[in-house]
Amino acid sequence: MLHSILFYVFAVAMLGAAMGVVFSRNPVHSVMFLVLTFFQSALLWILAEAEFLAIVLVLVYVGAVMVLFLFVVMMLDVNIEAAKRGLTRYSFLGIGIALVMAIELVQLIWLRSQGAAGTGGFAPTPEGYSNTEALGAVLYTEHAYAFEIAAVILLLAIVAAITLTMRKRPGIKVQNIAAQVAVRAKDRLRVVKMDAEKKQ
Amino acid sequence: MIGLEHYLTLAAMLFVLSIAGIIINRRNLILLLMCVEIMLLAVNFNFIAFSRYLGDETGQVFVFFILTVAAAEAAIGLAILVVLFRNRQSIAVQELNTLKG
Amino acid sequence: MYNYYLTIVLAPLAAAIIAGLAGKKIGRAGAHWVTIAGVGTSCVLSLLVLKNMFWGGAVAENIPVYTWAATDGLNMGVGFLVDRLTALMMAVVTFVSLMVHIYTIGYMHEDPGYQRFFSYISLFTFSMLMLVMSNNFLQLFFGWEAVGLVSYLLIGFWFKKETAIFANLKAFLVNRVGDFGFILGIAGVVMFTGSLDYATVFGQAESVAGQSIKIFSGTPWNAMTVICILLFIGAMGKSAQAPLHVWLPDSMEGPTPISALIHAATMVTAGIFMVARMSPLFELSTVALGFVIVIGSITAFFMGLLGIVQNDIKRVVAYSTLSQLGYMTVALGASAYSAAIFHLMTHAFFKALLFLAAGSVIIALHHEQDIRKMGGIRKYMPITYWTSLVGSLALIGFPGTSGFFSKDLLIEAVKESHWQGQGAVYWIAYLSVLLGVFVTALYTFRMFFLVFHGKERMDAEAKSHLHETPAVVTVPLVLLAIPSAIIGWYTVGPVLFENYFGDAIFVTEGNDPLRHIAAGWHGSLGLFLHAVRTPVFWLAASGVITAWFLYLKRPDLPETIKNKLSGIYNVLDRKYYFDDLWIKGFAGSGRAIGQFLWQKGDQLVIDGVLVNGTAKTVGRLAGVIRQIQTGYLYTYAFAMIIGLTALLGWLIWLR
Repeated sequence: MLHSILFYVFAVAMLGAAMGVVFSRNPVHSVMFLVLTFFQSALLWILAEAEFLAIVLVLVYVGAVMVLFLFVVMMLDVNIEAAKRGLTRYSFLGIGIALVMAIELVQLIWLRSQGAAGTGGFAPTPEGYSNTEALGAVLYTEHAYAFEIAAVILLLAIVAAITLTMRKRPGIKVQNIAAQVAVRAKDRLRVVKMDAEKKQ
Repeated sequence: MIGLEHYLTLAAMLFVLSIAGIIINRRNLILLLMCVEIMLLAVNFNFIAFSRYLGDETGQVFVFFILTVAAAEAAIGLAILVVLFRNRQSIAVQELNTLKG
Repeated sequence: MYNYYLTIVLAPLAAAIIAGLAGKKIGRAGAHWVTIAGVGTSCVLSLLVLKNMFWGGAVAENIPVYTWAATDGLNMGVGFLVDRLTALMMAVVTFVSLMVHIYTIGYMHEDPGYQRFFSYISLFTFSMLMLVMSNNFLQLFFGWEAVGLVSYLLIGFWFKKETAIFANLKAFLVNRVGDFGFILGIAGVVMFTGSLDYATVFGQAESVAGQSIKIFSGTPWNAMTVICILLFIGAMGKSAQAPLHVWLPDSMEGPTPISALIHAATMVTAGIFMVARMSPLFELSTVALGFVIVIGSITAFFMGLLGIVQNDIKRVVAYSTLSQLGYMTVALGASAYSAAIFHLMTHAFFKALLFLAAGSVIIALHHEQDIRKMGGIRKYMPITYWTSLVGSLALIGFPGTSGFFSKDLLIEAVKESHWQGQGAVYWIAYLSVLLGVFVTALYTFRMFFLVFHGKERMDAEAKSHLHETPAVVTVPLVLLAIPSAIIGWYTVGPVLFENYFGDAIFVTEGNDPLRHIAAGWHGSLGLFLHAVRTPVFWLAASGVITAWFLYLKRPDLPETIKNKLSGIYNVLDRKYYFDDLWIKGFAGSGRAIGQFLWQKGDQLVIDGVLVNGTAKTVGRLAGVIRQIQTGYLYTYAFAMIIGLTALLGWLIWLR
């Protein structure tokens, strides 16, 4: 009972936040609404007993990606007044197509499914089921290779992002660590042999 | 009771919303990227729902990877956006039409 | 003898190549010396061959020289068939050619294309020799085409002159029409005998005569008749028989030496030669012979009439040639092949002489060709005058000249050819050759009197420069006048009556009119003494007297007659509207068809619809499709979504 009420509350909130993302005028508001969407979906995932992923969602997505979005939004200094919104003919067509798709998907899920799912809900998880543990057991064994590749992808993302955006600004002093480390004694120091001075 | 269909319907709604967002959006490229994130979220929902329903952890592992890749993609996308802004001084989608045939 | 033959053929060719390609290097003198050396060698050797044939009792030789290709049982090659007919032709061709070469030194003296001209006439000699010496149809055809080609080159020698270009194209195209028939005839020969070789074909001639060929909708025609008529169509083109005669008068646009060489003595006689050579075939088809004789008669008489109204000195002689070719054709049709060839030989001499004499007058008057602007030249150019007189007398058949013997006997032979079906064909033939004598005399002496006698109508400028032409011009005239005068006496008996041609010419027993005449033959002297008894003599005499009357005694009369008979005059002046028929009718409709195909077919359909049309359609289509490339990201995404939706819809509702 509680489960259903919570589900519906969270679902409505999430959809509302999603609409807020699309329809709000201020891009910063959009980002905030997106954060709210993610939070709601995390809650929903906890309800579905996938708590590890829910927390990961909050940590990674909200914590990192959304912050990044916020950085960029604020950095770009978008002119808000210039952003005009009018309902073009495309909008109607777009909403129309979206509605058609929604209808189709609902049709698919509710009316054409052949499983015995019904409204029975999910099968309950066994006693002592830990989502994290179950996930870990699979992730590092069966999908270890994919795991490594995911790491490489992240590395790739870092390299790509830096390569794209880095620019050299003139007049900045930077340290060239490699040069510093590669210095040899004789570049800095020169030993000169000379006779000892007679003491006066 | 909340079952598979509910979660799937929810995911479908999210997906459809994000599509509408992409089409309606005229102002902001960042909005576009955010709609892509919502789409990925919808897909994740689907995966979680099925994983729970079938009792197979593979779905959740997949979500894990989707999250990873989505993060990477968001980063690169934003980097491109920044460079674009530097060159064009604008991120209005309307003005990005140099590939017009 | 084989080496002689090769030399005879190749010497002019080598000279032509040298003069043509190295003309600038060897200079004018070099060009004319090398070609005269080439043709001179051929001439001497040809006369040697002739002597061997005539007195030395040499037999005919059929020598294959070179096999060009052999496919499917058909052997195509080069070979020499040298029998008495060939020997006679070779001698005539090379002798006249040599005279023309020498004459050209004087005639073309100031022309910038001097070496080119010599190269061409030498090349012509080579082609003609290949034609007459060939032993198979293919080489005959090669020679045939080659002489046509060189004729084209020579008629249009002054290629910057518009009329010359028109004339040479006309000659070539009309010849082509004839050649079309000719090659069909050769194809017929191959079809029925499976060989191109004369010997094989003649051997099978009898069997071919029995077969029939279906050409149009299943009506069978006699194979030999069809083949012979087709071959004769080729002769009609080459020897300028009506209606394919239109090119010959226009060919006078070329320099006079070639008019003498090609259009009087040699090329135009190729057709006559060919029919004589094919006598084994023609004898087997009376229909074909009838066709030949009718065409010949028409040409002989009507072309002669045209000669009376011409004002260009060369055109008079051209129409005279047409008429005389008609005479030869009539003789061929009457199965008097020897008479035809004999007349060919004498005609070559006196017609070439007349042309060269005309040329002599022309250069003396600085290229004036209108006889109305000449007159009384007798005083200024004696050698030209006397040689012209000899030529003219030979042409009209004055007793004693070679022309007398050939023409008289030709007319006799026609008269004797009763077998040609009594009635229309026979009378047409006989009357046309008989009346033609009057006409010939009339136009010949009209020209003669207008040019050499009477009032001097040249302008003072021309008169002051008027003198006899140099020796290189007059010596050939003399050398041609001699045979024109006397060759008849010695050769007529052997050639016509003592079976000179032997196996070269075949006449079936009952057909041979010359055999009938031979019965009453008392030698050349006998014929000469009987001359005054023949109607031919009186017709010729009356022609001369009429010409004297109209053009010397009462020079005002021709004008009056012309006005009174203006209708007839117009028809003659328009050359029986043949030119209009060919130029406006055939050529014009050909051009009209071409124009239509070009504008409608080519430009409209192919260019417009197929080529440009496809390009424009592609362009239009691309213009429509490219609107999808808006450059906006969301449009592309949208397109994908729509596709996805549609796919989903199909999967859900339609499956």
